[in-house]
Amino acid sequence: MLKYILPLLLFIVLAVFLALGLNLHPGEIPSPLLNKPAPAFSASKLQAPEEKLTPADLKGKVWLFNVWASWCASCRSEHPILNQLAQQKAAIIVGLNYKDEPDAAKGWLEQLGNPYDVSIMDQDGRIGIDYGVYGVPETFVIDKQGLIRYKHTGPVTPDDVQQVFLPLIAKLQAEN
Amino acid sequence: MEHLSIIGNRSMRCSTSCILAVVFLLILSGTACASVEARKLANPEQQKVYENLTSELRCLVCQNQTIADSNAELAADLRRQVYEMLEQGKSKQDIIQFMTDRYGDFVLYNPPFKAKTGVLWLGPVAFLLIGLVTVFLFVRRKKSAVSPGYRNENAEKLVKVRNLLEKGDQS
Repeated sequence: MLKYILPLLLFIVLAVFLALGLNLHPGEIPSPLLNKPAPAFSASKLQAPEEKLTPADLKGKVWLFNVWASWCASCRSEHPILNQLAQQKAAIIVGLNYKDEPDAAKGWLEQLGNPYDVSIMDQDGRIGIDYGVYGVPETFVIDKQGLIRYKHTGPVTPDDVQQVFLPLIAKLQAEN
Repeated sequence: MEHLSIIGNRSMRCSTSCILAVVFLLILSGTACASVEARKLANPEQQKVYENLTSELRCLVCQNQTIADSNAELAADLRRQVYEMLEQGKSKQDIIQFMTDRYGDFVLYNPPFKAKTGVLWLGPVAFLLIGLVTVFLFVRRKKSAVSPGYRNENAEKLVKVRNLLEKGDQS
């Protein structure tokens, strides 16, 4: 009897492991920054390079920090969704224009619309390193205390907005 | 006929030169891929740490390469980061801490042993043990299952052979 059951059991174990493996996303690396203060920066604004923005300026507000670039193809597919999200005015959206040419970036916003309340420039990618950015686009949700509460890697989809971002923003807006 | 064979020869020569050209291009492309900017630190000790660290940190874009191997822009930025931190006199441990604070243990090709990485470190040992125990049990069972019958059969044969040798074939 064991002779027949053992191979079957082994097969089931193998099948379970393979099925789990198929549903893993090894490209998504868990961020150690979750529930930690958003790393400090002082960066020039894309539309007004003489002005600087720091995370301290946004204390007391819930904000999204979206990493984007005009050279990034997935950002293009994500862009209309950010535009829609911006219209709902659920939270402030700050753009991190990552390793980009300012002129190309501005042209991109003119052409496709600007969902960002403000975009800051990170031409040499240092702010990106501080935020553990390894792929563009990435989106962080930061609460009123300035803590990173969520990180999304890859383009945000309409489902993500409905199921993750909007409920989380509502929850964070209710916090003090 | 003579004419034809010459043409044949020529095309043959062409194909060898084509192959040579392809091989040459392959060699060239190999070196092109490996071109990573050269960075020299004044202190040879630090240079060693730089080389050591860049081949121990994972490039997060192309996850099966170290930042020393990778051409990805992020890898170049991280190499620059390591270089600058060494120049500022930071230790290897400082830099590893800097990287794991931002990217997690995943950035290390040589992750520390802790609860979260326990399966990673102990998994192979556990599998080896399971394998050894299985082989041991399997071999022991085979041995005890086969030997008595086998021995008896052999003993019978031995008697037959001895009889044949002593008395000759009487059938």
